[in-house]
Amino acid sequence: MALLEVDDLRTYFHTREGVVRAVEGVSFSVEKGETLGIVGESGSGKSVANYSLLGLVPCPPGRIESGTARFGGIDLLRCSAEERRAVRGRRISMVFQDPMTALNPYMTIGEQVMEPLLVHEGSTRGQARERAAATMDSVGIPDASKRLSDYPHQYSGGMRQRVMIAMALITKPEILIADEPTTALDVTVQAQILALIKKRQQDLGMAVILVTHDFGIVAGVCDRVLVMYAGRIVESAATRELFRNPRHPYTKALMASMPSAHAKGEELYTIPGMPPDLARPMTGCPFAPRCEHAVDMCRRGATALVEIAPGRASACLRVQAGEL
Amino acid sequence: MAKFIIGRVLETIPVLLIIVTMTFFLVRLAPGGPFDAERNVTEETRRQLNEQYNLNAPLWRQYTDYLGHLIHGDLGPSFKNSSRTVNEVIGAGFPVSLELGLYALCVALTIGLAAGISAALRPNTVRDYAPMTFAMAGICIPNFVLGPLLVLVFALWLEWLPVSGWDRPSEKILPAITLGATYAAYIARLSRGGMLEILSQDFIRTARAKGLSEARVVLRHALRGGLQPVVSFLGPAAAGLLSGSFVVETIFQIPGLGRYFVQGAFNRDYTLIMGTVLFYATLILIFNMAVDVAQACLDPRQRRA
Ligand SMILES: Nc1ncnc2c1ncn2[C@@H]1O[C@H](COP(=O)(O)OP(=O)(O)O)[C@@H](O)[C@H]1O
Ligand SMILES: [Mg+2]
Repeated sequence: MALLEVDDLRTYFHTREGVVRAVEGVSFSVEKGETLGIVGESGSGKSVANYSLLGLVPCPPGRIESGTARFGGIDLLRCSAEERRAVRGRRISMVFQDPMTALNPYMTIGEQVMEPLLVHEGSTRGQARERAAATMDSVGIPDASKRLSDYPHQYSGGMRQRVMIAMALITKPEILIADEPTTALDVTVQAQILALIKKRQQDLGMAVILVTHDFGIVAGVCDRVLVMYAGRIVESAATRELFRNPRHPYTKALMASMPSAHAKGEELYTIPGMPPDLARPMTGCPFAPRCEHAVDMCRRGATALVEIAPGRASACLRVQAGEL
Repeated sequence: MAKFIIGRVLETIPVLLIIVTMTFFLVRLAPGGPFDAERNVTEETRRQLNEQYNLNAPLWRQYTDYLGHLIHGDLGPSFKNSSRTVNEVIGAGFPVSLELGLYALCVALTIGLAAGISAALRPNTVRDYAPMTFAMAGICIPNFVLGPLLVLVFALWLEWLPVSGWDRPSEKILPAITLGATYAAYIARLSRGGMLEILSQDFIRTARAKGLSEARVVLRHALRGGLQPVVSFLGPAAAGLLSGSFVVETIFQIPGLGRYFVQGAFNRDYTLIMGTVLFYATLILIFNMAVDVAQACLDPRQRRA
């Protein structure tokens, strides 16, 4: 029994321009202690899928249209507000992309890091303060106990992201969702933050869902990877398998467009065309218009994620047919 | 923080000096003099009056004399009421205006904040549109219309409250509402806008992701930032409310500062005009300073400088 089991999640935004199908039938599971990578171009629905799990989708215009997310005996998508609050920030925590805007500029760092303890564990302020300092220390913030009374603007970007991580880990959650935790940071800081997440994961034995648009990050950190495109999972595999033998044309294209896949001076590969407009109804494979292997069948038939080998699934009809 | 406050106090001195200078020469530029309207005054008496009030001296001399008195806090004698000094006039009128202003401020804050915040929590629903339409009306209806309207309904028609006066508590309700209504409307709109802006910020999502109750998200995470526009507005608003409104004081027969000010202007009572203008300017400066301090308390990013 997986720790978290998401089945057929659909999240749409009902906007004036039409219904934006941001997440269109996503299913996956997270095992205890593993690191699951979710990769995809910007706009492919990675954030919305994760927000859906924690009830963070702005509603209106967003709405979860279908699906279940089983976690510890409850369905996160259908539970009461109270049940959800007891999970989020306590058993499932989240770290966001931009540490400059994700912390409250009006509150001290200490107040913010202590808050989950005060709310979820009924700690006294003294206890919470002590644990906040200890947790901040464990994520590599120097002089943590002295810096509790500082405000976010007195911290650098990298330090703020460490604060975010401390705040997420202070309750020792079972799952940490890290939504592009290093995208807004300098390259040198990126590696430190990833190493930190990895280390704390081992210490606490928690599962991590690592969302990124960068395959380079996936390779070093994740056990398993989901590749998302246009709100769907198009391929899933163990990281090593995926890198050795990417099957879906989109996965191949995404890997080829990765900066580190290129020798210096060589021109960067970019996937031709644009991601589809999610407000338009789609028939066939969403990647078909940009795919060099697309045939008639791809433009007509419906796609579904199908297991093609143990632990490995693809939504490409031609891969499923054994043609690619 | 102390340094910040001292700096702000010192900054006000040149501002006040400019205001004194401008009003001093502006009131004297206006056609007519303080004693022109007096009937049965011979040339001789007029000359004597001018002499008595130092109006025969060269203008620059009058100016420096005025400044000299001002430094000692003396605003001079009222030209029209030779028995009273301007200090006495303000001392008599201001407490009344202050009381009225405080009631009006309470009305404005209570109604304005309640309407604005509850609207922001349910944007684009009836609970948003209803109070905001009301607020728009509150801004559009001038108080010289609202005052008589309230009197008509609550005093003359329903006979719940007295028409005018300023002695019994019941007499203070309608003036406070009349004066506070416009401010309540502005506060409602400002607090709605401020709260909506803050509630759309990333850090509110973070707060929700931490599993906080909606009440805690609003009260602990959103309110401080969301009310900043209201706090900025409170500086000029409080000065305006507390220094009295001529219209409301006239409608309800209230012996406040606003009425003296307008009388002074009609009568070319130079010292009374100057005194009230200066008093009003000082109030505005003080309130703006208080707002800056309050802002710095609310927003840690403004505390440097
Ligand atoms: N509040 C919203 N209103 C309308 N559309 C939205 C909203 N939030 C996200 N979307 C749409 O959902 C899609 C997926 O967005 P997102 O999950 O943020 O992508 P990713 O995280 O993969 O970059 C995008 O097309 C985006 O335009
Ligand atoms: Mg995203």
